[in-house]
Amino acid sequence: MSTETRIDLSQVRRRLDGQGGRRYWKSLEELAETPGFQSFLHREFPENASLWTGDAGGRRDFLRLMGASMALAGLTACTKQPPEKIVPYVRQPEGIVPGKPQFYATALNDHGYAKGVLVESHMGRPTKIEGNPEHPASLGGTDLYGQAAILALYDPDRSQNLLLEGEIRTWSQFTVALKAALDAQKALKGKGLRLLTEPITSPTLAAQVEALLAEHPEARWHQWEPAGRNSARVGAQLAFGQPVETRYHLDQADVVLSLDCDFVSEGPANVRHIRDFASRRRLQAGVEPNRLYVIEGSPSATGASADHKLVVKPSQVEGLARAVAAGLGLAVAGGSSDRAAFVAGLVKDLQAHAGRSLVLAGEGQPPAVHALAHAINEKLGNVGKTVTFSDPVEARPVDHLASLAELAADLKAGQVDVLIVIDANPVYSAPADLDFKAALDKARLRIHAGLYLDETGERCQWHVPLAHTLESWGDLRAWDGTATLVQPLIAPLYGSKSVHELLAACSGQAAKPGHDVVREHWQAQLGPEFEARWRQALHDGVVAGTAFAAKAVSVQPGAWAQAAPAAVSGMELVFRPDPSVGDGRWANSGWLQELPKAITKLTWDNAALMSPRTAEKLGVKVGSTSRGQSTELVELRYKGRSAKAPAWVVPGHPDDVVTLHLGYGRTRAGRVGDGLGVNASLLRTSDAAGFGGGLEVRATRQAYTLACTQDHWTMEAQDQVRARNLMRVVELEEYQRDPHKIAEEFAHHRPAKDLTLYPPDHKYEGNAWGLVVDLNACVGCNACVVACVAENNIPVVGKEQVAMGREMHWIRVDRYYEGDLDDPAVHHQPVLCMQCENAPCEMVCPVAATSHNEEGLNDMAYNRCVGTRYCSNNCPYKVRRFNFFLYQDWETPSLKLQRNPDVSVRSRGVMEKCTYCVQRINVARIEARGQDKPIKDGDIKTACEQACPAQAITFGDVNDPQSRVAQLKQQPRNYGLLEELGARPRTTYLAVVKNPNPEVSHG
Amino acid sequence: MSQLFPKSANSLARASHVIVAALGGAVLLLVLNWNRMPWVNNQGVARDQPVPFSHQHHVGGMGVDCRYCHTSVEVAATAGIPPTKTCMNCHSQIWADSPTLEPVRASFREGRSLQWTRVYDLPDFAYFDHSAHVTHGVGCSTCHGRIDLQPLTYQVPSLQMEWCLDCHKAPEKYVRPKSEVFNIAYQPPANQLELGRRLVKEYGIKTRISCSTCHR
Repeated sequence: MSTETRIDLSQVRRRLDGQGGRRYWKSLEELAETPGFQSFLHREFPENASLWTGDAGGRRDFLRLMGASMALAGLTACTKQPPEKIVPYVRQPEGIVPGKPQFYATALNDHGYAKGVLVESHMGRPTKIEGNPEHPASLGGTDLYGQAAILALYDPDRSQNLLLEGEIRTWSQFTVALKAALDAQKALKGKGLRLLTEPITSPTLAAQVEALLAEHPEARWHQWEPAGRNSARVGAQLAFGQPVETRYHLDQADVVLSLDCDFVSEGPANVRHIRDFASRRRLQAGVEPNRLYVIEGSPSATGASADHKLVVKPSQVEGLARAVAAGLGLAVAGGSSDRAAFVAGLVKDLQAHAGRSLVLAGEGQPPAVHALAHAINEKLGNVGKTVTFSDPVEARPVDHLASLAELAADLKAGQVDVLIVIDANPVYSAPADLDFKAALDKARLRIHAGLYLDETGERCQWHVPLAHTLESWGDLRAWDGTATLVQPLIAPLYGSKSVHELLAACSGQAAKPGHDVVREHWQAQLGPEFEARWRQALHDGVVAGTAFAAKAVSVQPGAWAQAAPAAVSGMELVFRPDPSVGDGRWANSGWLQELPKAITKLTWDNAALMSPRTAEKLGVKVGSTSRGQSTELVELRYKGRSAKAPAWVVPGHPDDVVTLHLGYGRTRAGRVGDGLGVNASLLRTSDAAGFGGGLEVRATRQAYTLACTQDHWTMEAQDQVRARNLMRVVELEEYQRDPHKIAEEFAHHRPAKDLTLYPPDHKYEGNAWGLVVDLNACVGCNACVVACVAENNIPVVGKEQVAMGREMHWIRVDRYYEGDLDDPAVHHQPVLCMQCENAPCEMVCPVAATSHNEEGLNDMAYNRCVGTRYCSNNCPYKVRRFNFFLYQDWETPSLKLQRNPDVSVRSRGVMEKCTYCVQRINVARIEARGQDKPIKDGDIKTACEQACPAQAITFGDVNDPQSRVAQLKQQPRNYGLLEELGARPRTTYLAVVKNPNPEVSHG
Repeated sequence: MSQLFPKSANSLARASHVIVAALGGAVLLLVLNWNRMPWVNNQGVARDQPVPFSHQHHVGGMGVDCRYCHTSVEVAATAGIPPTKTCMNCHSQIWADSPTLEPVRASFREGRSLQWTRVYDLPDFAYFDHSAHVTHGVGCSTCHGRIDLQPLTYQVPSLQMEWCLDCHKAPEKYVRPKSEVFNIAYQPPANQLELGRRLVKEYGIKTRISCSTCHR
């Protein structure tokens, strides 16, 4: 049924080499013109995709199922509606209007740091998370984790019971045992007591931990986080001789150099970084476009936004950083002489923008690179302008690798009597050389507290289920020190306790509610007028005036400046947090597993990512079928350990390097995350947490299928113009010289307005909704996709269904490569329903289930749809999604709580698609009409627009010439996809404008 | 060979055409009108409730305003079913010992909600908004009828889509002055169409009949 085609990479390369001008391509499959790609291109769903593909798809099963369908589905329309109950309040709380959502300000815990959010609550049921415009780390935007946090709250696999050796115990039984253990330790001054946590910024929690340590002076507090900010932490210590927090001000920088730093994804300020960076990518009056140089050792979302991207082995980044430092006149040794022309041009550009430039070092690079970045910023006079420093926000910042190694050593030496692990999962995530699993068993009493009964919890005697951030009181600090009071949106679903309550129990206050702990802490901080300030802080989502003051620090000369980069030989293995599931903590989120990863577009798996040349050298065979991408497992031998992972060819990956993302290979994540992918921690060592050399790779010829969405929903454009009627990129200089050239170049694609069967000039009275995506601001972070899933009750379909092209996302982020196979530029393009004025889908629906409304929206009435799929067949943009099966989980009670009550939950056999969040439009319209006011520009935000940290998506009324969307559509770089078809899309795009430096060559 | 069928068979054959056509017509009629039958759409059916609440007594007899209980009708999609507290505002004093009201008192005492059975039950894919209607001259009685005459509440209209569209296509047939919206005994004047057209213009009412007006 599905035939496999191998891709001949050398042939693909030859084909690309013969091309002139800008050419955009989506995948190797496209270049090789495999039948699998062709079927994705020419059909809305690949051949046979509509066949039943269960485990046993025989005729008998088919008949049985059809029988059931007739009995159950066919006749349901003829039955009576079951009676429904109304359950009003006994005493209705003040301020609640049934049916109207309320928004509460709180913060989510992102690796210990605060991300300020507003949570939508429908009568006590949180359903959606939005960014808090008043919070410095959000400014209204969120990342994909902020959006996915709501699903984690309702995850049915969360730990629900307090356990001792797997048997259910009560909180009081636990606290009695805890007290006994701690009392025994008190006599020993806590000599055998160890605490293991993630970084802590919560002022209350930090004070509680300090109090516990004061009671047990010889106890030790260890911290571990597998993919945190260790290099930044240690690098700052190295450079300044003291722990400091670094704050980047990307909005102030004209020239940005990223040393393998994926600043749009990593760190507690990534949302703010995207906002600040994107504010300089908008081509508007008064905005000076910035320029981004990226030197990267593994493909990243940041690299895709670069104006100059230099792909090198990760071990070569330090040498290049040293060369740049030396070029700027710093007394730094060990500079690499490679790429001298690039470095010279870069140095010149940095010098020309002294005080208005910024150098960032990535978490995957060793601390010395961070120290170099600090030295370069200081030399360029950027300190105080594009980069500032403050006291550390974390309580007791430590080197996590050293801290965990120390704990492992103590454990092995039998010195640990009581180990309390809070929210960390070292058994899964510790570097392999620490052998933490075996070490952990040496602790006599092991207590684990966490959201899940995970790999670590499983090996501890006691397991305490923790409450989710949305269920508990607390506080957190953002990366700039701003404190937020964390307030619960709902009582703990499973009666779990918060960390504050656990720590209070450690100090003998087992019955103290978390609210009182936090409130008492802040009572001392906020002083007089406490009640008013506390309420104000809860309302705003920030405690006013808590940001840390800037601190003057200077780079200390040290051995790091002179030391040559550590020699790394052979092939290299890179460890990075997964773009979707991070370090594994999000592994059980179906939304994130199914999210196509930023660059690779893989779902449900991690893979050994390698360049086309490396794949050719290894003889790895990749191919495609209509049932997913076929590849083979490769054996990775690294520092005496080995693992097998599916190979995946990524154009633009450095040669002789393999990237393996962390976060997979979980065994106790839950029913979604268990058994997916390979655990990279089993190869990772504590001396080389970011990358290491000496990797050997061997092809095994064992076949493996990956679900990659890169070819799905490929729009069918004529090949010779495929280039620019989908993706448009110009260079800034060219654009500034003649802004209209790019539009004129394609003017002949636009059909005459009267070339239509409809009355040619239908006037839309009143509001006419439209949307613009600024491709130059978009960084491909995927927040919009998850936001859309959360807002519109979009189901998760699973790996097999994704492989067949049945993912249900209403907005997808298409990734285009431009240029040659080995070092292509990467562009992102979010594609949602175009809401065509001449919608091709509407003409072919036999039951008028999809039709136009008076505001120009292309409506979809689910209950009218009979599932012919003619509409998706006729949609040139391929934005319609069909429920082949009952994908929505109608059974799990906790998941029902998450659903947005304003959007229908779709069933099997129904077509669905983006509606521009029509539920939000309707609410705004009814509200405005009730008050007899027009809808103001910006009153309606679609879910994707609201989440977008880059503000790349703008929705509004195109009939209002003053609206932001109408203004943006006036820009000369505005264009519609496949305009030659005459569908007149309401969604348009602003072309990418790259700002390369003519003086820089990549040699 | 003699004829198999007597001549009278011709009449039978002709009659069978009529019978088959009539049967087919009956089936078609049944299918088309299935959802119009009160047995299916509950039109005119009074539901069992935990307490036999009478709108006739409260609205008609006592003259309680709709909004005393249905507080959110002007601002939200749902009119709001009152909390037990609203009942107890009066019934802690009046009929305080009535056995009929014991479920209400029990609810208040024990903090357990009363569970009413929905009388006007739209399908979950239809999103109706009370505020959009009552703020633009659609009176309570236009949909809920003379609720002041109903001892037990029943569903007055069919709630079929054709019933919604009847007004959405021609709101002038039903719209009334805003001041009369909560007047349950309002009688449309003889010149309703003339008044309606004027009010439609004055209130800026649009004939919204696209799918997403109600389905999303």
